[in-house]
Amino acid sequence: MNSETLISINEVYRYYGNYCAVNNVSFTVERGEVLGFLGLNGAGKSTTMQIISGVLTASRGSVSIAGFDIMEMPRLAKSHLGFLPEQPPLYNDLTVDEYLKYAARLRGLNRKNIRVAADMSKQRCGLEQAGGRLIKNLSKGYRQRVGIAQAIIHSPAVIILDEPTSGLDPVQIREIRELIKELGRDHSVILSTHILPEVQAICDRVLIIHEGQLVCDRQLKQLNEDKQNNFISVAFRQIPSLEALTSIEGIKNIEKTGEQHFRLELHSGTTAIDYLVRSSANNGWGLYEIIPETDSLEETFMRLTSGAKEIA
Amino acid sequence: MRNIFTIAALELERLFKSPLAWVILATVMFLLSILFLILLNQFMSPGPWFAGRGVTEIVVAGLLQISGIVILLVTPFITMRIFSEERRTGTIKLLLSSPVTITELVLGKYLGTLGFLVVLLALIALMPLSLLMGTPVDLLQISAGLLGLFLLMASFAAIGLFISTLTSQTSIAAITTFGVLFMLWIINLASNTGGEMFRSVFSYLSLLKHYDSLISGMLNSVDVFYYLIICITFIVLSIWRLDGERLHQ
Repeated sequence: MNSETLISINEVYRYYGNYCAVNNVSFTVERGEVLGFLGLNGAGKSTTMQIISGVLTASRGSVSIAGFDIMEMPRLAKSHLGFLPEQPPLYNDLTVDEYLKYAARLRGLNRKNIRVAADMSKQRCGLEQAGGRLIKNLSKGYRQRVGIAQAIIHSPAVIILDEPTSGLDPVQIREIRELIKELGRDHSVILSTHILPEVQAICDRVLIIHEGQLVCDRQLKQLNEDKQNNFISVAFRQIPSLEALTSIEGIKNIEKTGEQHFRLELHSGTTAIDYLVRSSANNGWGLYEIIPETDSLEETFMRLTSGAKEIA
Repeated sequence: MRNIFTIAALELERLFKSPLAWVILATVMFLLSILFLILLNQFMSPGPWFAGRGVTEIVVAGLLQISGIVILLVTPFITMRIFSEERRTGTIKLLLSSPVTITELVLGKYLGTLGFLVVLLALIALMPLSLLMGTPVDLLQISAGLLGLFLLMASFAAIGLFISTLTSQTSIAAITTFGVLFMLWIINLASNTGGEMFRSVFSYLSLLKHYDSLISGMLNSVDVFYYLIICITFIVLSIWRLDGERLHQ
């Protein structure tokens, strides 16, 4: 995979009045990368995506697509861009074919290529049978597919999808995920979602945005490698004394987290859990819960969006 | 430049794919053809109120006068779509993320709308021209009148265009456009009172005054410039508005 920076966002701020929706966000995306954009509602995901696609202007900072600044050279920059907003931008009075032709011409495709491009993107989004249907009669899932079809019709280098799988049924979700993975091979894709498993399933890299700030930027592989960590949480029916717990070999730190719950930090590579279970059986502590803490995406997400901050 | 025409063509195409365009054409033609027949009928039974005026002045000028009012009533329904509807349905995001500049977008959409109004104008023009089958008419006066109607449509469309950039509610865009157009139409009534200065300003501002002189066959550059200034002003305001909105939404 050749590495070529297709999207570069540099210290972008965006204010709505006094409210700062996007606060100093910078990142780059390479060709062949699928980037997942995570955040709670109102975290600034959609705003950032709209800034990248030129729908909104950044209050400060710069965005460039395929090397072209979106404010200085909007035509060149935007010709490399396909955007699916949260609500697919569809004209209800047109048929799917008419609409795709419209989108293709708007993107500057010449008349000869439009047919081929439209057929191709219909086929990729599973719309072959829907060409002659009026958009207003389509179901939510089909509307979403038409929305994706318009974003990829001119095979742009950069594809931005704002919640592409919302409102789809499980089969369609799987199809769209396959499509996004396929697109990710030779385009850059940014997608936003609040479905965490979705990010794990299709993205190479994840960005977490919280209150307008980027709080995490990590390769997903790395995130999964970090999984091994040395915290466990345990619960007992009969609470042992702290001294008794500390005396167990291999326990580094003890924290009481609830009435019956403890969070233990272990020395790595020890058999402390074995000792713990044995002591519990011998002393009648009634150990009923052992949960190893993993650094999964979900936990990272929960931790970061509840206030903590971590920049890779 | 190519982009402007592409957008204009797309706008016109999409307009004709919606029922709205056809309904407007049909309604306007229905109303105007009835008026045309009434005027023609009046002309066939001469009376002292003719005061030496011919068929062009009575039938054609009368028809164009009423056409102006009918078009004032329907233009808001065409222009409300231009940006208000795009915003309501979110399709404006497709336009803004496409490789066209805001200026091209506004000019393209304006030309597309104007294209539709020219179709309407051509259909209206057929009525006075059909008189040629039975009687000689003053073609120069008709041309001046049609030019006037064209300029009137162009300025209605420019005002409507600007108002549609202000709101995402199509009905608000329509009613506001109607209000503004109607006010500019009748503003010369205010010139009946007040001093000399007051009178000349208000009668200059009136869309009607300039139109009246054109349909009576007087081609003054001041009238043409009046309409051109209106068109350019509102087109530029629309561009500014959309450009500013991306920053200060």
